[in-house]
Amino acid sequence: MSALTKTAAPGRPRRPGRGRLGWNLLGLLVFLTAGFPVYWMLNTAFKPAKDAIDPDPRFFPRTFTVENFARAFEVADFWGPVGRSLAVSLVVVLIGITVGMLAALAISRFAFRGRRVVIVGILAVQMVPLVAMIIPVFLLLNDLGQYDRLTGLIITYLTFVLPFTVWTLRGFIVNIPKELEEAAMVDGCTRTGAFVRVVLPLLAPGMVATSVYGFIQAWNEYLYALMLMSQQNQTATVWLGNFTTKHGTEYAPMMAGATMMAVPIVILFLLVQRKMAAGLTAGAVKG
Amino acid sequence: MSAADTTTAKVPPTRPSTPPGAGGGAGEGAGGAERPARRRRAGGPAALPWALLAPCLLVLLLVLGYPLARLVTLSFQKFGQPQLWGFQEPEQVGFANFARILGDGEFWAVVVRTVVFAGGAVILTMVLGMLTALLLQRVSGWVKTLVNIALVASWGMPVIVATAIFKWLFDTDYGVLNWLLSRLPGVDMTGHNWFADGPQGLAVIMLLVVWGAVPFVAITLSAGLTQVPKELEEAARLDGAGSWGVFRYVTLPVLKPIIVMLTTLSVIWDMGVFPQVFVMRNGHPEAEFQLLTTYSYDKAFVVNDYGGGSAIALVTVVLLLGVVAVYMRQMLKIGEVE
Repeated sequence: MSALTKTAAPGRPRRPGRGRLGWNLLGLLVFLTAGFPVYWMLNTAFKPAKDAIDPDPRFFPRTFTVENFARAFEVADFWGPVGRSLAVSLVVVLIGITVGMLAALAISRFAFRGRRVVIVGILAVQMVPLVAMIIPVFLLLNDLGQYDRLTGLIITYLTFVLPFTVWTLRGFIVNIPKELEEAAMVDGCTRTGAFVRVVLPLLAPGMVATSVYGFIQAWNEYLYALMLMSQQNQTATVWLGNFTTKHGTEYAPMMAGATMMAVPIVILFLLVQRKMAAGLTAGAVKG
Repeated sequence: MSAADTTTAKVPPTRPSTPPGAGGGAGEGAGGAERPARRRRAGGPAALPWALLAPCLLVLLLVLGYPLARLVTLSFQKFGQPQLWGFQEPEQVGFANFARILGDGEFWAVVVRTVVFAGGAVILTMVLGMLTALLLQRVSGWVKTLVNIALVASWGMPVIVATAIFKWLFDTDYGVLNWLLSRLPGVDMTGHNWFADGPQGLAVIMLLVVWGAVPFVAITLSAGLTQVPKELEEAARLDGAGSWGVFRYVTLPVLKPIIVMLTTLSVIWDMGVFPQVFVMRNGHPEAEFQLLTTYSYDKAFVVNDYGGGSAIALVTVVLLLGVVAVYMRQMLKIGEVE
């Protein structure tokens, strides 16, 4: 009996049939509720603008159009903010993964005095609300002449990407048996050699997932981007935020803008989501 | 390659390390046994780990440590526009900023509103997340896939995009929600403005926050649920426990570490809600929409009272310290076992 239940795939109910219909209907209801806002964004983005303000909203578009996207490009420069977001996110991830990797190695593979303090420190750092930091960060960058500069934004984004990267990578490293490294060292590898040849390849998927997630974090950030960059140097999130504030009534193009911002991110997210569920429970950073 | 996949993709990593009841004691024992071995292998001086840590610590000290220290000093200074432009030296004012803020009735109204808002959002998130996770265990494969798609899509949505969408859903004139509600017999919500008053508007914003937060909780909990030993559930059932009994006495205790972690994280996130309110209210939240975060922002950047704004931010951080302590304890329990 217990052997049987053990071999069954986890989470799969053992009594098929009985009462399943009710649960399935409930599940569909959850699907519809949770998915509706996303659907409504897509639905609005692709319907003619005048259909969007029809008092009788259309749930299934009759005509598909991309005019809203064209309009979204018109409203304000789109590629500038996107390019800036891209640049900032990529550099943040690059620095974060390099620096974070070293730190993750230190706390996951070495026992040393002060390790616990470092771990507590890195965890604590994640807990500081970004909003609380915005005033001093603003003043700091102001003093350093980095206000309204991409470098300034990159530096500040490291505050939340770096601790998360360290903690998540730590989780991935811990899951690679030390014995593999030891075996390589017995076979004549140096410590570094063993790491590069054995650990690094095994860690690669975890590193990719962490990078992608860090990228998403940086890409989605709003507050710092709003505060630290002027109108001319705004990033993609601020672009969309301003869309809301200044052209509040033009919802159809706005939903087109939202679609352009969200779809690539959601796809990236889908790719790494499973892997990050592991990292996140340990790493735990979200907006 | 595939070995790495199976080892690293273990979801969630917390489970194997904290078997029910084994807790910290077993963990510490294992750690203690390993320590000498590890130290021997490290061989050389303890300099290597510190060298590896140095760049990271340096960056964090610079971009986080310094501003944090500055936040504290700022909150004890009179710091406004002239000080920002360097026309005047910041003046030390002791606890004047705090006295002014704590003596302000509006501040306390904001504190209460923030706590109610965050508390409501956290409770809703945790309950709905748990119910969704339990539901996912009972539905057919294809329904599970559908729900997962919806969850991941809303989880991955950038906050700013989600805010824009909700603004559209709740639009006074063309919002689909007013239309949908008006379909109900006896309800006419045509032209209803959800943001005419604070409580209702904040309820909408809470809904937005919850919508974005439930997926993480639901997916993490449902990963946790698969690790609940089936034998325990069987045993409880044999002992005559109903569904609720099994959940209360078997599932909940096993999931407790995850639940504590998710709850504390949710509190921290929901106390830090900013863009949702800010963008929803077009960059100028009305008085009855102010939460601690927007209030601090307003004080600093709208009224140019950086000292006051910092004091509010500091009070927020202090309010969160208790929650952070619980989170850290849980994380250390998890982290130290390895």
